[in-house]
Amino acid sequence: MKLSGRFGQLPVHVTIITVVLIWTIPTIATIVNSFRPPALVGTTGWWTAFAPPFAFSLENYERVLTTNNMGTSFLNSLTIVIPATLIPIAVAAFAAYAFAWMNFPLRNTLFLMVVGLIVVPLQVTLVPVLQAYQNLGLTGTFVAVWLAHTGYGLPFAIYLLRNFFGALPRDLFEAAAIDGAGMLTTFFRLVLPLSVPALASLTIFQFLWVWNDLLVALIFLGGSPDVAPLTVTVSNLVNSLGQDWQRLTAAAFISTALPLVVFLSLQRYFVRGILAGSVKG
Amino acid sequence: MNRSFFARPVAALIVLALAISACGPSPRATGSIGGSVSVLATWGGAEQESFLAMVKPFEDKTGVKVQYEGTRDLNAILTTRVQGGNPPDVAGLPGPGQMAQFATQGKLIDLGSVLDMNAMRDEYPESFLKLAQVDGKQVGIFIKAALKGPIWYNPKQFQAKGYAVPKTWDELITLSKRIADSGTTPWCIGFESAAASGWPGTDWLEDIVLRQSGPDVYDQWWQGTKKWTSPEIKKAWETWGTIIADPKMVLGGKSAMLATAFGDSGNPMFTNPPRCFLHHQASFITDFFTKANPSIKSGEDFNFFMTPDIDSRYSGAVTGAGDLFGMFKDTPQSRALMNYLTTPEAQAIWVKRGGALSPNKKVTEYPDQISSDSAKALTTAKVFRFDASDLMPEAMNAAFWKAVLDYTNDPTKLDSILTTLDQVQASSYK
Amino acid sequence: MIDRVPQVAAALLLPAAALLGYIFVAEWLLQRLPEGARPRLRPWIWIGPALAFVGFFLIAPAIQTIFLSLMDATSTNFVGGDNYVAILTDPNVHAAIRNNLLWWIVFFTSFVLINGLAIAVLADRVRYEGLAKSLIFLPQAISFVAAGTIWKFIYSYQPPGVEQTGTLNALVVFFGGEPQPWLTQSPTNNLFLIVVAVWAWCGFATVILSAALKGVPVELLEAARLDGASEMMVFRRIVFPLLLPTITVVATTLVIFALKAFDVVYVMTNGNFDTEVLANRMYKEMFTVRNYGRASAVAVLLLAGIVPVLVFNVRRLREQEAIR
Repeated sequence: MKLSGRFGQLPVHVTIITVVLIWTIPTIATIVNSFRPPALVGTTGWWTAFAPPFAFSLENYERVLTTNNMGTSFLNSLTIVIPATLIPIAVAAFAAYAFAWMNFPLRNTLFLMVVGLIVVPLQVTLVPVLQAYQNLGLTGTFVAVWLAHTGYGLPFAIYLLRNFFGALPRDLFEAAAIDGAGMLTTFFRLVLPLSVPALASLTIFQFLWVWNDLLVALIFLGGSPDVAPLTVTVSNLVNSLGQDWQRLTAAAFISTALPLVVFLSLQRYFVRGILAGSVKG
Repeated sequence: MNRSFFARPVAALIVLALAISACGPSPRATGSIGGSVSVLATWGGAEQESFLAMVKPFEDKTGVKVQYEGTRDLNAILTTRVQGGNPPDVAGLPGPGQMAQFATQGKLIDLGSVLDMNAMRDEYPESFLKLAQVDGKQVGIFIKAALKGPIWYNPKQFQAKGYAVPKTWDELITLSKRIADSGTTPWCIGFESAAASGWPGTDWLEDIVLRQSGPDVYDQWWQGTKKWTSPEIKKAWETWGTIIADPKMVLGGKSAMLATAFGDSGNPMFTNPPRCFLHHQASFITDFFTKANPSIKSGEDFNFFMTPDIDSRYSGAVTGAGDLFGMFKDTPQSRALMNYLTTPEAQAIWVKRGGALSPNKKVTEYPDQISSDSAKALTTAKVFRFDASDLMPEAMNAAFWKAVLDYTNDPTKLDSILTTLDQVQASSYK
Repeated sequence: MIDRVPQVAAALLLPAAALLGYIFVAEWLLQRLPEGARPRLRPWIWIGPALAFVGFFLIAPAIQTIFLSLMDATSTNFVGGDNYVAILTDPNVHAAIRNNLLWWIVFFTSFVLINGLAIAVLADRVRYEGLAKSLIFLPQAISFVAAGTIWKFIYSYQPPGVEQTGTLNALVVFFGGEPQPWLTQSPTNNLFLIVVAVWAWCGFATVILSAALKGVPVELLEAARLDGASEMMVFRRIVFPLLLPTITVVATTLVIFALKAFDVVYVMTNGNFDTEVLANRMYKEMFTVRNYGRASAVAVLLLAGIVPVLVFNVRRLREQEAIR
């Protein structure tokens, strides 16, 4: 049993390692190139760095890190991303709970309409929303971007959470009701803790999409230095004709650092057995 | 367009300039104002640094903070923000075509009351001022310029091989064939430029149309009254085809032309031995050359000659382009900034940092011989025309870019490509 | 920089306080109401904020788009169905529809789904699961501004005889082949474009499916194994059916993303060489041609494209509710 189990594992290892290697090649190419002199990045392959004369350089990183405003735009990104991740998740969790476990007219119709809204192209919403923001005096404020990301992120968030909430066993809710738990208690003590993996993955993606957003920030916040997020500052490392694109290699890794930390720290919530013990039999 | 497009002799204007600048206080002299002004433009990287350096003295003197925002998607961002009612105070305009659209919608402020137009008239070539006018109003102003149509070569290699700089188009083709026969491809060409891929080819065709059929046909063409299928325009494509449709003429043939980034495409001129000898590109390409090949020297390893005359009747015709600025909000700060940006002092700052020519004729100090020669070619041209594709409506321009790629991909489809362009022409000029 | 700390802290605390405050106060108020009214009102309290947000940011603009699609380029005159006639007879739109359907919806979605599912299921069985998933996930964290640059290092092309700078062509030449301009040769360039998108999105499918996989009760798997079921059987009979709702979610989301695929195409080819897609077409009509009527008509085409996806979801929903 043990032996055959191990032998059976071999194809698993081979498959995973092959796929992971293929997936990593572009990233490796970029890491290597980010440490090469910019003039060489465009004219020779990244693998040539491993042959004499081993031309490595920190120039790309130097240029990126000494760019004006990097520190401020990092903080701007943080100021944008935290609320723009938490608000939609909270609002979506409320809605998903209702869609999954409450009865009301038009429930499924409304739900599917919300799901269908994922397809609305962002570009068609920009002008009407901007006009409304102008009237409300919201343009150029962080609140404007938080709300916009909430609106844009909600359909997917509701869809995902409703699916996970809906998969919770009915017995749980019946048991909770018998124990006299109210809606709030059931939601905060039962539904949310049992859906941690779903909430964790949603957090990761909403965080990433907001973190990497350029368009929404440029339209509703503007790109001026005191509010510009990292994406704006990074995309301005390249000139209007595309020159100095080599700097993007270093910038890509610098701006990927925080999302990766978020991913790695949330990964421990992807654990088996959250439901264990809560399900009968 | 009319005769006013022709640049007037410079000397006369300078005399006039001296006479006018003597009288009255100019709005260009501003004291401390404070506050801030938002600027949206397409510049990033070194360009952004140069622009910020350019406005630094202004900030110091007036106490106005310049809030610069850069985006390579200027078209989308600016259109949306103007449409949504939140334009920047001052913005770089994607081109004269879009400027006209904003102007007719009443979004742009008439600079006639903002700038010292007398000073403008003697410092700027009239053609540059005219290009930024809509219905007689000065709605934009150029603050930076580029020379289109230089052909770059490596003087050392030319000397070694005994090649001479061609004086006419025929000589250029003869030289190209001679190089091709010697076993090396004469030309290096690349059209890849992300979302704007194809544009380097439009510069070629503009140079050919202007030199082959003259300024009148050129003007009718960009104004949309000369069809793409007309004999003159079709002939220009075919003339160009003698180079780009011949695999022996261009390094790597069509695949390389379509797939190579325009900024990298000239680099094979500097390998040893060189893989090509000629490269057609605007004046700003020198910065690409020196960044990718740190060891080469301006004037020694690369120099330029202008795309030569095709028809001697139109001898000395030159194309150019530039960066237009417009004002969307009328505030004391934006007025002061617009005035400052047009001054020779301001423009000289960017020019000295490299990568830019000044449309202001009072800027004479250039960092090297090549940029000085480029500026001279631009401001003293006998016949000057602005980059036609930039003047066309944006939809026409984009179709033109695509046509360049389609033609390169399959030159035998020229007729259907031109018919498609005619259809776009019929629908995009209103 | 230190002066920004209060701002970041406020950004964290204020929205949290507002939302918690909302739901507690609303529920508290609800308790004051007669018992019969509560179940009728309660759902609207819980979905209210969400509906307000999507109503303002998505539904209103979507309805406006439908109206604009019946107006002319500058949205001043009513033109009826003219824009639809125009776009449906435009060969560029035909190419875009074909690319969206075939390359994006069929290939992109199935590649991502199959790959993501395989990684999620297989990684679950090895000790270096965290590392493997992190590396698959990494591309999701890279913005599309940088992704264009990154794939230059894979796809770039130099003429034969010149030293190749792209990984793929270097390999081709190493094995004695001719270098290929991957992104300009139709129709295979579509494949190379979706490879970039698959690379970027596989992490999305992996992470979500993996989260669902962790919810499959271990007891069920153990019981099946004890009964002598092979691993393949365990997967087919137990794991897959339990994952199906989540697979539907991921597949639906991917199909919708495929429908509005934009970034990769815009950055790498801008729709040239027969790689046009609908969203890029809409973008061009909107910002290049500035024909809001036609841009809106293309957008409505996208909206309509979602109907079959929703119909499929209706059925899945009914099934899920029937069994729980």
